[in-house]
This record gives sequence, C-alpha cells and structure tokens, in this order.
Amino acid sequence: MNRITSLFERKAKNLLNVYFTAGYPDLHDTLPTMKALEASGVDLIEIGIPYSDPIADGPTIQESNGKALDNGMSLKFLFEQLAEMRKEVSLPVILMGYVNPIEQFGMEAFCQKCQEVGVDGVILPDLPMYEYLHGYQELFKRHGLLNIFLITPQTSDERIRLIDQASEGFIYMVSSASTTGVKTGISSDQEHYFERIAQMQLKNPCLIGFGISDFQSFQKACEHASGAIVGSAFIKAISAQGDVSAKVKAFVQKLLKN
Amino acid sequence: MNVKVDERGYYGKFGGAFIPEMLYPNIEELRENYEAITADEAFKTQFDQLLKDFVGRPTPLYLAERLSEKYGVKLYLKREDLCHTGAHKINNTIGQILLAQRLGKQKIIAETGAGQHGVATATVCALMGVECIIYMGALDMERQRPNVERMRILGAEVRAAESGSKTLKDATNEAMRHWINHPTDTHYIIGSVVGPHPYPEMVARFQSVISAEMKEQLLEKEGKTNPDYVIACVGGGSNAAGAFYHYYEENAVQLVAVEAAGLGNHTGKSAATTTLGKPGVLHGSKTLLMQTPDGQVTEPYSISAGLDYPGIGPVHAHLHDTGRATFYSVTDEEAMKAGIELSRMEGIIPAIETAHAFAALKQMSFQPEQIAIINLSGRGDKDLETYIKWGKY
Ligand SMILES: Cc1ncc(COP(=O)(O)O)c(C=O)c1O
Repeated sequence: MNRITSLFERKAKNLLNVYFTAGYPDLHDTLPTMKALEASGVDLIEIGIPYSDPIADGPTIQESNGKALDNGMSLKFLFEQLAEMRKEVSLPVILMGYVNPIEQFGMEAFCQKCQEVGVDGVILPDLPMYEYLHGYQELFKRHGLLNIFLITPQTSDERIRLIDQASEGFIYMVSSASTTGVKTGISSDQEHYFERIAQMQLKNPCLIGFGISDFQSFQKACEHASGAIVGSAFIKAISAQGDVSAKVKAFVQKLLKN
Repeated sequence: MNVKVDERGYYGKFGGAFIPEMLYPNIEELRENYEAITADEAFKTQFDQLLKDFVGRPTPLYLAERLSEKYGVKLYLKREDLCHTGAHKINNTIGQILLAQRLGKQKIIAETGAGQHGVATATVCALMGVECIIYMGALDMERQRPNVERMRILGAEVRAAESGSKTLKDATNEAMRHWINHPTDTHYIIGSVVGPHPYPEMVARFQSVISAEMKEQLLEKEGKTNPDYVIACVGGGSNAAGAFYHYYEENAVQLVAVEAAGLGNHTGKSAATTTLGKPGVLHGSKTLLMQTPDGQVTEPYSISAGLDYPGIGPVHAHLHDTGRATFYSVTDEEAMKAGIELSRMEGIIPAIETAHAFAALKQMSFQPEQIAIINLSGRGDKDLETYIKWGKY
C-alpha cells in the first residue's frame, strides 16, 4: 500500500510533514536530513526539487533553491541520492517541484524513477487540476504516485469538492493568501477558514501549510486539521553551520515540545 | 492560417494556464469575464475614445522614402513611437485599466523591462486615480533610469526585483508573487502576450488596433489592405502580436518576427528564444523557453531591456512551430547600427527594442514592387544613455 495512505490509516491527528530543499544547505545533506527527520519523530517528508523560478515561494525557499542549484543539485542527481533511500528511511516521501524541470526530465521517466526509488506522492504547484486530469492522472496512478492538490482561502466550495474528488492521500490546505514563509502565526480569519473546510467533511484529510513555524502555530493547525506542513521555518533552522542531525532534532523537538 | 486560441488557452501546442492554485480564482475571474466586458458597447466606446484623445491614435503609417530606396522595397513605418508615453505598450494598459475597474479592483501591479510598460501602467493609474506598484529588475532600473523617474513622477511605487538575473523575468516572478499575496483587491496588468490564459489573447486583442489601423491606412495609400511583409521585434511579443493580428489569416502576408541575439547566438549572451529555446513552462504558459538541459530557466542577455526575456508569448511559439512567421535574430551591434541609420535617414530615433526590427532589413531580400511595414514600436528617448555609452555615431 502507498505509504501516505497507510500512514493516514494508522494516525489521524497531529501529523507533522516537514519540507526541505534537496541539496540544501550542502549538496550531500539530502539523505542525512531525511534520516534525521525520521529519527526525530516526523511523519512525512517533503523534498523540494530546486528550480530557478519558484513563483509560489517566498524569499527563504527561493534562496534555498538558488543555493541548491549552485551546489549542483538537479532532478537527475536527486534520484541518484534517493536510489538507496528505502534501506534507511521508511516514512512516506513526497517530491514537490515546479513543472518545467520535470517536463524536461520527462514526465513518464519521472514517474518511473519515483516508483523505483520509493517516492509516494508529488506536489506540483503549477500543474493545474485540469492539466493533471487530462494529461497526467493515468500515468501517476500507474506508478502508484499520489498527486497532492492545494486549496486556499480563496478556493470556492465547488472547486474544493472537485479537488477532493481528484485527490488521494491528503489535501494541502494553504493557510492564507500567501507565498511560502511570508506570513507567520494563525489569525482568527484563518481559523474561520479552517472551520469552514472542516465542516465540509471532505473525503480526504487535510494538512495545513504556509506560516506554520513553531509550537503554537503547529498546535493551532492540529486543532483544525490532521496536521501541518512546515517549510520555511525548517529551512531557516538548518541554514546555520553545524551537524545536520543535531539541527534537525533541535528544530523538531522545539516544534513538538517533546 | 488559424491562429485562434482554444478554450483552454492553447495556440496549437503552446499556451494554457500553469498557475499555482493561489492564482486560480483571479485567472478564472478574468477568463470568465474579459470577453463579455470587452465586448460591451460602453467599454468599446470608452476604450476607443481614450485611444483617440489620450493616446493620440490612429498613429500614422509613414512611407520612409530614403530607407525604401536603400533596401529596394516600399517601406512603411507604423508610428507607435508617437503614442502617448512613447510606445505601443499603452494600448494594452488602457484596455486593462478599464477592465480592472469593471472587475472592481482598486490596486494595480505590473512588471516592466525597459520601463515602457511600467510607464504606460503608471500613466493609466494616474489617469484613473488608482494605486500602482511596478516591479522592475534591479539591473533594468540602472539601464533605464529615465523611465524609473517617469514612473515615480506619475505617482507609482517602483520596487526592485533583486532575484535571479535582476531583469524582466525576475520582475515578472515578483509581480506574480505579489498577486498571490494580494489576490482580492489587485489586478495584475501583464505587459506582453505572455502569462497564463487569458492574458496572451487579451493583450493581443488590445494591441490588435495596430494592424486594424494598418489595413485601413494601407488601403488609403496603396488601394489594398495587405502588404507583402509585416516586420516587428519580439520580446514577449505584444507589439508583434498587435501588428500581425489582422493578418494571421492573410497567408500572402509574410509575418517577420525579430529577436535579440545579444552578443551573438553562440556566445551564451543572447535572448533569441526561438533559436535557443525548447518547449517549457514559464510564467503560466507552455511556450518556447531558454533553459538548461535540467529545465532551469537560463538568464538571457540583450542590450535592450525590453527584449531581455527567456521566453516568448505562446502565440509566437505557435507561429514559429507552424512556420506562419519567419524569425530572425540580430545582435546588439546590428541593432544599434540600425537605430543610428533610422535616425540619420528618416529623422526618427527608435527605441533599441524597435531598432532590432530595422536591423532585420539587412538579412531580408525584396522585390522592388513589394511593400513592407515595420512596426515602429517605440521611440528612443529612454535609451539615450545606452546610445551614448555605445558611442559609435
Ligand atoms: C518600444 C518597445 N518595443 C518592444 C518591446 C518588447 O515588448 P513586446 O515584444 O511585448 O512588444 C518593448 C518592451 O519594453 C518596448 O518598449
């Protein structure tokens, strides 16, 4: 069974998904970061495929993308790094990336590689639902890949229903009208939005992302959804010099207070 | 040839709307409403009135006799340089500001390369009393300083895009990010036939006044609507799309698009997308794109800030793919020389973007009885510093 699906069957609350950029801060940090995340009690790992023009991302993730590219990271090299990951990492792994580098790699080849190394899902923010349903759904299914869609406070109920139908695994609930890492904390407006979604009783669980940076915001997100996704705050925490595993553990411990 | 956009925003293989979900409601709102709004009689009357009284349309179609003699073709110039603010860009911003008002948007953002689109946007915002933020690459702010100050005089805030190559691509990224962060009260006035559907078609329609006028004016002067050639420079491709629009289906009219080759197509310092690009996705559409084998967008180079863009509008990718248009590329040096030649022979100092279109004359061959129209997209006032720095005149 897909690791994302089985995770949600085992655990319905307080899930923590951590995003980081492949090859950041150092080219060879990808796998050590994943192992440290697993050892720290994180539930899902989301790996960003660096891109020159990440339009949905704020400054922190933009910079991490730029640095990773300067380090020499590419999709091809990432798959080399991940080739043996299933010997050491058992958590669900999601690749997040923009369409262009994947199209150049070849969508079919990408899906094959994902399956081969044991990737469970993908998030492609600039691949709209229409294009997915008409061009890619078949392919993703054939390779056991779940496609995770985003919803935002501006997404209409009608469209949320469509997205829920097309989704498997979970729905990525963007907490506010924002690029990543720009707004922090959770306002009462946002809580209203979270409640609205909770009342819709979607068939898929939701994880809340964007602006989740600390214990408080993680707790708030968990009150309203199955868990949360942390990106920019984690990138900031691992930017400093130092031992990867120590940096990761310190961050996750603070976030979970355990 | 059929160059109509389909329902999903495709011209053949190119186009679409590859946008993050955060922008979906904005794009959907535009897509659902723009045709009805722009087809409305009151809209059309106001648009035409402003183009006439504020922009100064119709712009003349001028027979350039000395250049005609030199190149052995009857050469007409479509004088978009005489538009208010100095380039064709204002045709689009007038249309989009009227659209934004009808969508109830109180704030405007835009990207700009050469600053011409920024100035044209700042101008219509001043005209309508609307708040205006312009994103401009930090490098472009340096090389197009007079336009930065013009925008500020007009009351716009100019924000430097400091990421990437600090040029038009990065300014566009920043404008899109701004829109993601301010989705409800803001309209994004894209300055060329790029971006997610419906922008490419919408901008082309606002610019299509150029070829509508060409047809009427040529009929008056030559007794026929169609020339043998229509020639235009291509950055994103809005002036070219406007100049080609009513000729797409006139297959006897050869459409000529001219791209910037910078220091030369083999130097790694070029912006000639159809020569160097491959299909890819940037700024919301599938188009030809300059990129590494790994799909990272590469940094283009041209002396002309308005052509310094790694993609082209999807309609141009389609015109290239189908062979409906012929693409040339000219270097910085060739363009600068052509700019000086136009200045000396016809008394018109063109924008450096526009000078690229003139440089293509040297690569083309004509029959003496043929007629060519060059779209003279803008004037060179903004480029004086670049002309001076180049210095060979
Ligand atoms: C005078 C002039 N011509 C052409 C261009 C290129 O834009 P487009 O290809 O959209 O016409 C610009 C852009 O700034 C411009 O200022």
